[in-house]
Amino acid sequence: MKMIEAIIQPSKLEAVKESLNEVEVVRLTISDVQGFGRQKGHTEIYRGHEYTVNLLRKVKLQIAVNDEFVEPTVNAIIKAGRTGEEGKVGDGKIFIMPLQDCIRIRTGERGPEAI
Amino acid sequence: MRRLVLMSCATVMLLCGASTWAQDTPGSAAPVTPAAAPAASAAAPAPADKPKTVEERLAAVEALAKAANDSVSENALNTGDNAWVLVSSALVLLMTLPGLALFYGGLVRKRNVLSTMMQSLMIACLVSLLWAFIGYSIAFGPGATETVDKKDDQGHVLKDDKGVVQTETKALPSASFWGGFSYACLDHVITDSSRTKVELSTDKDGKVSIKTPPGALVPGAYAPYCASINHGTYMLFQLMFAIITPALICGAYAERMKFSAMCLFSSLWLILVYCPLAHMVWGENGFFNWNFPAVKSAAFDFAGGTVVHISSGVAALMTALFLGKRKGYPHTPMMPHNLTLSFTGAMLLWVGWFGFNAGSALQANGLAVIAFANTHFATAAAAIGWPLAEWIFRGKPTVLGAISGAIAGLVAVTPASGFVTPMGAIALGFVAGVLCFTSAGVMKHRLGYDDALDAFGVHAIGGMWGAIATGIFFSIDTNPAIQSANPDLYISIVNGTTSVVLGQAKAVLVAVILSAVGSSIILAAIKYTLGLRVTKEQEDEGLDLSQHGEEGYVLSG
Repeated sequence: MKMIEAIIQPSKLEAVKESLNEVEVVRLTISDVQGFGRQKGHTEIYRGHEYTVNLLRKVKLQIAVNDEFVEPTVNAIIKAGRTGEEGKVGDGKIFIMPLQDCIRIRTGERGPEAI
Repeated sequence: MRRLVLMSCATVMLLCGASTWAQDTPGSAAPVTPAAAPAASAAAPAPADKPKTVEERLAAVEALAKAANDSVSENALNTGDNAWVLVSSALVLLMTLPGLALFYGGLVRKRNVLSTMMQSLMIACLVSLLWAFIGYSIAFGPGATETVDKKDDQGHVLKDDKGVVQTETKALPSASFWGGFSYACLDHVITDSSRTKVELSTDKDGKVSIKTPPGALVPGAYAPYCASINHGTYMLFQLMFAIITPALICGAYAERMKFSAMCLFSSLWLILVYCPLAHMVWGENGFFNWNFPAVKSAAFDFAGGTVVHISSGVAALMTALFLGKRKGYPHTPMMPHNLTLSFTGAMLLWVGWFGFNAGSALQANGLAVIAFANTHFATAAAAIGWPLAEWIFRGKPTVLGAISGAIAGLVAVTPASGFVTPMGAIALGFVAGVLCFTSAGVMKHRLGYDDALDAFGVHAIGGMWGAIATGIFFSIDTNPAIQSANPDLYISIVNGTTSVVLGQAKAVLVAVILSAVGSSIILAAIKYTLGLRVTKEQEDEGLDLSQHGEEGYVLSG
């Protein structure tokens, strides 16, 4: 079992969700996050006062999958999460982590069954 | 469709023809021509035996109109005027609650949103009570007077037929600045303590009868302010102005002033700065009040440019200087946390401002229409001016710029609204937008004071421009009251011996000095007793939690 965490552009959320749906990954958790990396920030002006905003809005997906689903999930996110053909700085990252256990609260099932 | 156009063309031509004819006839006393006769006789059938000339008819109509006019001024109270000013009062309260609370609330950081809204609400409540107790009396009472013997032009004491010396009441010099306490607790305004209680009398047969005291329960109009509305209506209308003025100052001390110090400051400021200034500009015997022919230095402030905006804007700068900068200013980003709230608040201010300016006519008359129009057009121009300047100098027209521009225009047109024409108002408003963009967007950063939400940059600068611009764009016949209330002043302005701009500048200077000195004394007194500012830890935590134990936005729930 693996935990996949992906940080993506907020505008790509719908496309990524659809793309994941196509490979039958239908369980995910989404949160609004802020962060910065190579994309740097932008400036905002309020009554002539300029602010450099280097914390940018992103969306984070958390998807717990069984091992055979890892590659299709990653590919689906890459396919739909890129800006344009080439992709752009700021399109985000995917992290894959080992998942020690998984428990379904309703039934108490454990392991791959519960995912 | 074509037929319709043709018909309307024909009608217009007919009307033009008729009016040319009408212009020709008066004076020539020509009998009514057959062509026009049917229409005229249908409107007012003339007695067949005595054919009337057009001139005679006109004179009759004029006499009727004059009689109607006289009867209106005799029957002082006018329900239409009363209704308009009561509605205007409610509109002016709308500017503070929730207009200003939303506008300022959205501009601060998330952790201070509730405390900023609370400031507007508590100021409204404190001012209301103070106003009822003594505030209205100090601002609008007649002031100290003395009874002196009446003298004629040669200085001889006048006596009546029985040889008794005639006396008259004269205002003492202090009455120009202080209204006194004769209206304390709204006596003679909403209630009348001189009205004796109802008495019951029992006659010989044991029959009980009620003796109703003379006079009305609610006093009627008070002519020196307005002859056609209740004195109480005027008091309420003025109360709403007294509420918004200290509330405007919140913009400068936002995010760092102690709640207790804020309450104390606003209360003292109302009594020691606002009330005397309001008395000078609008009060009976007031120093600048042109409605009283004895005035020494006339200043024209239709709805409160000096009294409300310059005074609050200058006080705002003083609070910003006394309190010091917010922790981290200007290096830590302090962006508005919710511009949608600010947008809603600013637009409510615009709507409420019609009560503020057009209501200041105190009658539902043509002057109110002019003030309404001026207010609207100036604001539209200013709400274009500010973002346009941003677009040119900063690259983008911002929403915050547009709503701030609207406020700047409203502020600037306030003193001018009853003394200029719409074209003057548009020029005045547009300049106000660009000027306040400069004061809030450039000057503040250069000078380095932390006027958090630009109360000084918009209200004092916009207010000063408005007061001076009232003189620049002054159109004397816009406001018929000048000629009727103070003919000498009217003549001296028309023939050029009195400079309106100079008078305006004088009033601005007095307002700036009074507010700066008064505010400084109050702030210094609070600083060294109660303390003005929250601790650094409380400031970091935010005033919502540290002062009120609440948060504006919670995650769960």
